Amino acid sequence: MSFLFLGICVAVLCIANIGIGSVKISLQDILKSVSGREIGETERRILWDIRLPRTLAALILGGALALAGYLLQTFFHNPIAGPFVLGISSGAKMAVALVMVFLMGRAVRVSGATLIFAAFSGAMISMGFVLLMSRKVDNMSMLIVSGVMIGYICSAITEFVVTFADDADIVNLHNWSRGSFSGMTWENVAVMAGVTAVAFLAVFLMSKPLGAYQLGEAYARNLGVNILLLRSMLVILSSVLSACIVAYAGPISFAGLAAPHLVKSLLGTAKPLLMIPACFLGGSVFCLFCDLLARNLLAPSEISISAVTAVFGAPVVLWVMIKRNREKVL
Amino acid sequence: MTEYYFFTEKMSVGYHMRPLIENIEIGLNKGEILTLIGPNGAGKSTVLKSIARQIALIGGTVCLDGDHVEQMSGTKLSRKMAVLLTERLRTEMMTCEDVVATGRYPYTGHFGILSEKDRRAVKEAMELVHVSGIADQDFTRVSDGQRQRVMLARAICQEPEILVLDEPTSYLDVKHKLEFLSVLQKLRKEKSLTVVMSLHELELAAKVSDKILCINGRYVERFGRPEEIFRQGYLTELFGIESGKFDEENGNMELAAAEGEAEVFVIAGNGTGRNTYRSLQRQGIPFAAGILFQNDLDYPVARALGTCCIAAESFEPIPEALLSRAKEKIDSCKKVICCRRSFGTFEAANRELLAYAKQSKKTIEETAEKDLKQNG
Repeated sequence: MSFLFLGICVAVLCIANIGIGSVKISLQDILKSVSGREIGETERRILWDIRLPRTLAALILGGALALAGYLLQTFFHNPIAGPFVLGISSGAKMAVALVMVFLMGRAVRVSGATLIFAAFSGAMISMGFVLLMSRKVDNMSMLIVSGVMIGYICSAITEFVVTFADDADIVNLHNWSRGSFSGMTWENVAVMAGVTAVAFLAVFLMSKPLGAYQLGEAYARNLGVNILLLRSMLVILSSVLSACIVAYAGPISFAGLAAPHLVKSLLGTAKPLLMIPACFLGGSVFCLFCDLLARNLLAPSEISISAVTAVFGAPVVLWVMIKRNREKVL
Repeated sequence: MTEYYFFTEKMSVGYHMRPLIENIEIGLNKGEILTLIGPNGAGKSTVLKSIARQIALIGGTVCLDGDHVEQMSGTKLSRKMAVLLTERLRTEMMTCEDVVATGRYPYTGHFGILSEKDRRAVKEAMELVHVSGIADQDFTRVSDGQRQRVMLARAICQEPEILVLDEPTSYLDVKHKLEFLSVLQKLRKEKSLTVVMSLHELELAAKVSDKILCINGRYVERFGRPEEIFRQGYLTELFGIESGKFDEENGNMELAAAEGEAEVFVIAGNGTGRNTYRSLQRQGIPFAAGILFQNDLDYPVARALGTCCIAAESFEPIPEALLSRAKEKIDSCKKVICCRRSFGTFEAANRELLAYAKQSKKTIEETAEKDLKQNG
């Protein structure tokens, strides 16, 4: 049932995202064009070159974001963990900014793979810091605070680098560093789809040990789970997913944090076997919806996607904290 | 020598390579129940966690059914050994049944989907510990005691050959403590389940265990059958009890006796004096008790709480010397409490004591049996 609901939401939002904009494209035209028939040239170009890749990117990256959030929440046994609050997105952003500024300055063309790799390194650096902190502090809230601090440090370094960059780069970087799904090409979509698909599959295959891990490390170990392997996989996969998002859309706040909770409440269970695919769909819905607003609310100018996700995501965080506090578990 | 089903050899346990307790030697036959006792912080949990491979051994070996535990594969060990730990679970959106079902992990396929057989095992385990009624409730919303029983059901449905339980009864009320121990005995009888656990309830430990391991925080003090361990005064020493006493023979604990010279002499017997002794202790009045036979129900309490307890050998006539000692004691007391309404043939000495007290104009209080009737 829940899956049907999520599926319908994804479909409706996809059509809305493609159809609504400064140039409206009717549902008939979308269906016509997708099934290979001719429509007007302007519509065709907007549809195929701008709207469709952007919608797909929001769909894929939104899902990836929610999945990364879900993995981090499971890993730290912390309901308010996510790639953004733990500073992982910012770490990735910093690495990407460094690479872009230095390579572009030398007029080297930066490929998608290089960006993802840079983002991945940055994500791992942040993750490393967070892991170190998690050894020192046992408290959930303190972990989040240290993550936010790491995020600030990385953002500061990014600002610093951006200030020293050439003018043309700055515009480019500035847009990206605020987070946006705009300017996606089919090549981008293909790479992110590939990376996300592999990561998704790997996560899905881990659903059984993840279920045991929810009881805590000790019980999982007793059930025969290879804790070291599982933990490493969680770190790597969540970093890969975060890196992929940052490389293409920049840091997107709160979606990775909020979507898993919304989906969990919808499903009424935390079984990973159901949660993993539902989480992906939920993240897609969340990002498609937010991107739709980001594009159209103040059209023709665009709001950064992070601003929109924060408006919808941050209350979810507050809600979760209040709920937790009531149950006296945090 | 026959090989034990479960044994440790020169096992050293501790954290961060620093040994806490060394040279632990345990030997258990299949179907035996071992209980670890010792004061808080003595290392019971550390020993249990080391046995369950939760923390690395610092030295020595642990063997289960002929295999070294540290070399067993995770799945093999998980089918043989289940644990119940003290750490609090932070589950989210999991029903009690979901939690129990995680015990089937070692038996399910790649995606962990429960088969008909798995479902049956979950159901049976939940019925065994009486938690079927809360199967659909969220695990975070049930009481501590219910949670503990759910975790026990989880361990049971893992179908282990050996259970490692860390303070499994700490949140259980009296009914469920007894039920829990009956479940262990039942499993032992039906499936010859071996159990290694820690308990704080010494009286239960003495009753349910085949063997007992006493840890004092530095080394293993004793390992053996309960009757070897529960000797007079040993547990008071092991736990370093300073305010009060643990009575090994009947598993009673008593608070510390009031200090000072006896002010009251209590004549009692046949279990009539216990409440009076305790009431005097609560008021902080030191008292002497007599004359009691050593097999009297009052005797252990009088011994623990009285400044002086005049006791006669069981099944023997009370000697004259004891009677005069009791009279001397009455002389030094201000008041005499008599808990006996009538005296039996073999406690003529106590009748004489009461008469002596009246004769020497002591304040006499005759209580007990009417109190008992009121209470009853």
